Amino acid sequence: MGHVLSPGERALKAPGAGGVRVLGGVDPRARILGAVLFAVVTVSCNRIPVLVLALAFAVGAMVLAGLAPRRTLKRMATMDGFIIFMLVLLPFTVKGQALFTLWGFEASREGMMQAVTIGLKANAVILALMVLVGTMEPVTLGHALHRLRVPAPLVHLLLFTVRYVEVLHAEYLRLRQAMKARGFRPGNSLHTWRSFGYLIGMMLVRAVERSERILGAMKCRGFTGAIPLLAHLSFTRRDGVFALVLGGIAASLVALESTHVLL
Amino acid sequence: MHIVDGALSTPVVIGGTLLAVGGIALGLRKLPMEKIPVAGVLSATFFVASLVHVPIGPSSVHLIMNGLAGLVLGWAAFPALFVGLLLQAVFFGFGGLTVLGVNTLDIALPAVIVHYLCLHGVRAASPAVAAIWGAVGGGLAIALTTGCVAVALALSGEEFVPAARLVFFAHIPIMAVEAVLSAAAVYLARKVKPELFGVLAVPGGRS
Repeated sequence: MGHVLSPGERALKAPGAGGVRVLGGVDPRARILGAVLFAVVTVSCNRIPVLVLALAFAVGAMVLAGLAPRRTLKRMATMDGFIIFMLVLLPFTVKGQALFTLWGFEASREGMMQAVTIGLKANAVILALMVLVGTMEPVTLGHALHRLRVPAPLVHLLLFTVRYVEVLHAEYLRLRQAMKARGFRPGNSLHTWRSFGYLIGMMLVRAVERSERILGAMKCRGFTGAIPLLAHLSFTRRDGVFALVLGGIAASLVALESTHVLL
Repeated sequence: MHIVDGALSTPVVIGGTLLAVGGIALGLRKLPMEKIPVAGVLSATFFVASLVHVPIGPSSVHLIMNGLAGLVLGWAAFPALFVGLLLQAVFFGFGGLTVLGVNTLDIALPAVIVHYLCLHGVRAASPAVAAIWGAVGGGLAIALTTGCVAVALALSGEEFVPAARLVFFAHIPIMAVEAVLSAAAVYLARKVKPELFGVLAVPGGRS
């Protein structure tokens, strides 16, 4: 899936960012549940040293899994770009002990702490998610979700989306190239926005027509209304070890949060 | 527009998740197996659309297009947009995991509201009238989405209110851009393939 953001990479080549060194053999269901457990525990912790530790665990997992650190951290930074202005505002909107004054606005210590807390939580959770789940093949994610009792129609919707994102992205690039060939250059004008609107409209029209052909092809092959989900997953000893390590990490975070060992 | 993990209070996260699950369940009920291919391909289209950057002022914005998604998908916008957000969080690192429900609600609820308010206009006899309703839907969806984000933030704590207000005002130009884009998209679709606004209607009446 990652290819959609960075052109030049091969599409849907097995796992997202190429890291399978340690996690490759672990059951995808265990990885999904692990990511959820880690997220819930991290979000419920509020002490900064504990959250730094959680982020350290996530970074450690990234290194262990053999993910390309630069690219993964760059994606994480993109997310930070979205939230940075909310975090920057916090010290000025939370009342409390004044830390410094900027253009006549007082920044409070409490607000600063809250901004740091949110930043740490958001980064730790998203990094762990990318490492544990993002390294799976998207199709595997669908099958694992099905085995975790996610309703079949939703899983099929996910699988169709995964399959056609790539196709439609290629179509989008083709349409853009055609526009470029006709001298279209995006700028700040009504013409630009209208052209983008036509582009999106055209993509929707083509998508629907494509889906009609897909349904026709499926029916031709004996589609009866149910799609078999082929996945044979079974828990192994490796999954036991994974569960033990992740459970240990979660338990230690909870313990550190409730007692006051660190600091 | 994505809210991240750790920003919202626990009751807001749980409430948002429950409402999103309800919306997804309702959307899935209106999706028989026959309609999964068209819903899946449209979901992929909106996913790709969200990667499109459109210049605005000195910077550029990525599209959301949830108004258009509501017009085309109806209640199925809930599962379709949820799938998009899930894939974005897992494979691109946008958004978060525990806030997936809140983010789905913020994007999909306005889509469904636009579906009910504007679809009749988009089906109007003249494509020009349809385009105007498309613009209303496109702009309204972004306004409602920023409104939902603001409410989620404000319910989580007083201190987020200025940020929530800023989010709303910062999105006014985006509302205008999305309105223009939706109008053009509706106009083109009406001329080329008017059935687009009804592809998910189950034969037998319900839409």
